[in-house]
Amino acid sequence: MNGTGFIDRKGWFFIAIVLGAAVLVPVANLMVPEGSPLHVSDYLVPLLGKYLCYALLAVAVDLVWGYCGVLSLGHAAFFGLGGYAMGMYLMRQIGPRGVYGNPILPDFMVFLNYKELPWFWWGFDWFPFAFVMVLFVPGLLAFLFGWFAFRSRVTGVYLSIITQAMTYALMLAFFRNDMGFGGNNGLTDFKDILGFSISADGTRAALFAASALALAGGYVLCRALVTSKYGKVLVAVRDAESRTRFMGYRVENYKLLCWTLSAMLAGVAGALYVPQVGIINPGEFAPANSIEAVIWVAVGGRGTLVGAALGAVLVNAGKTWFTGLLPEAWLFALGALFVLVTLFLPRGVLGLWDTLAAKRAKPADTAVPAAKPAE
Amino acid sequence: MEPVTQSLLYLDNVSVVFDGFRALNALSLTIDEAEMRAIIGPNGAGKTTMMDVITGKTRPTKGEAMFAGIHDLTKLDEAAIAQLGIGRKFQTPTVFDMHTVEDNLLLALKEDRRAFSNIYWRRTAREKERIEILLERIRMTDQRFRKAAELSHGQKQWLEIGMLLAQEPRLLLVDEPAAGMTDQETADTAELLRDIAKTQSVVVVEHDMQFVRDLDVKVTVLHEGSVLAEGSLDQVSANERVIEVYLGR
Repeated sequence: MNGTGFIDRKGWFFIAIVLGAAVLVPVANLMVPEGSPLHVSDYLVPLLGKYLCYALLAVAVDLVWGYCGVLSLGHAAFFGLGGYAMGMYLMRQIGPRGVYGNPILPDFMVFLNYKELPWFWWGFDWFPFAFVMVLFVPGLLAFLFGWFAFRSRVTGVYLSIITQAMTYALMLAFFRNDMGFGGNNGLTDFKDILGFSISADGTRAALFAASALALAGGYVLCRALVTSKYGKVLVAVRDAESRTRFMGYRVENYKLLCWTLSAMLAGVAGALYVPQVGIINPGEFAPANSIEAVIWVAVGGRGTLVGAALGAVLVNAGKTWFTGLLPEAWLFALGALFVLVTLFLPRGVLGLWDTLAAKRAKPADTAVPAAKPAE
Repeated sequence: MEPVTQSLLYLDNVSVVFDGFRALNALSLTIDEAEMRAIIGPNGAGKTTMMDVITGKTRPTKGEAMFAGIHDLTKLDEAAIAQLGIGRKFQTPTVFDMHTVEDNLLLALKEDRRAFSNIYWRRTAREKERIEILLERIRMTDQRFRKAAELSHGQKQWLEIGMLLAQEPRLLLVDEPAAGMTDQETADTAELLRDIAKTQSVVVVEHDMQFVRDLDVKVTVLHEGSVLAEGSLDQVSANERVIEVYLGR
């Protein structure tokens, strides 16, 4: 890591806001009385928590796309797998309180005439195991996928299409009832997490704070990576892959490490998302979800990490507001947003902010070339 | 393992066939330690394919390619070959645009290339010193904090040569280093390459005859994938077959 100064001013600002929210939102929800203008409603807490999970997913996408040049259209797969791992833990916590009252088998398994718990559900009643799986399952899939793809030097649009196919294949697989993950309906009706009622205000607030901490932690981790020499090599791979190779770097190893880490971050985001929205189903693997994540990054500013998180929150807040107004038109608005950003804000919202800040800092410099005609 | 040959680079009977097209046709060539060689030849003579074979980008259909007498280049990949000590400069300058001049050199320095260890990397005094020396040598000390994207074409060419030197290769393959340079820059480049060739082997592919004359080294003429003539520039320019090929009978 590059000494102590690997987090810049923008980064500290970002961390301060996220950690500030981790404290203030729960306080404003639990301590400030309802009716006060400072009160954050029970509806808003999980909604904001969801945005933070999306922001962490966006940071993960930005790490591989912004710094390594791998445009992933399949990050929803890792997000979804992390979510399912958490969902399985939550299902096992229901215990005998399900509709069928079976102490071992979740409702959908009783319904589908399962006689015993499938082997891949073993251990998920124990939180530390589920937590490890949240990291391990997306990480393993990413590692295997990346091992083959990067070694065969699949790049550019071909790689993007394969990532898209990967998440689509997972979606189809999880839709099947006999996969053992609840099929179409997914996993839902959760009751407890770590012994606390999942619908209690305190639990919701704690989940929000955990999401904020995960986002800040994920950001610091990514920032440390991209400012190290490893990160400099990543950018070199992004901009001139074969040059880097002819310099003696094993490009595939650099990509694989970055890709696998990114998938694990996405898995954590998914795991925090599920208890806050209360359901995980195969729809999370939909190709459109992965593409949306890419749009958040593009809107916020690719290759900035902070911008990716900002983009995720902005676009999703826009989505919440817009779908309340005109639900059918949201996808058109999203498409238009993407086209406009690509055309007019190639460096995203954060890039625009940088440009404005630079103009304000030294107006004299920018005025000079304008005053002087072409040399 | 016993060295097969005393030469640093040894190509024997190398052929490369793409879909029936013979890019290289039984090419044989040897380069000695600390030798500079100029390679000339018309378009499609196989100059770039030859470099691709040496650096592991292309596998020869048949033939032998040995480095330092013991390393079989036909079995290694680009990264392994680069780590053995073969550096390559491309025809169009390829530097890392988003990195500063200094970082470009830093990435090229002959150091640990593994991904994990580079996460924990910290700049050492030795690295710093070597970067200073390199900046001095390519005359870019005052440009060190500029992004490579902002450099002029000639500066990029020099930066790329600097990056090649940072790798401390035993053999440098340099593709058209003088392309797009001013006369002064061309002369300076020739001087720099001659200086490098005192300690390292250099293979220069070039179209600019004046530049080849400035280098004043043994010349190999390639034509249709094999060696047409070899000798001093005056000798090969007097060769009838070379004249025929260049002037089109």
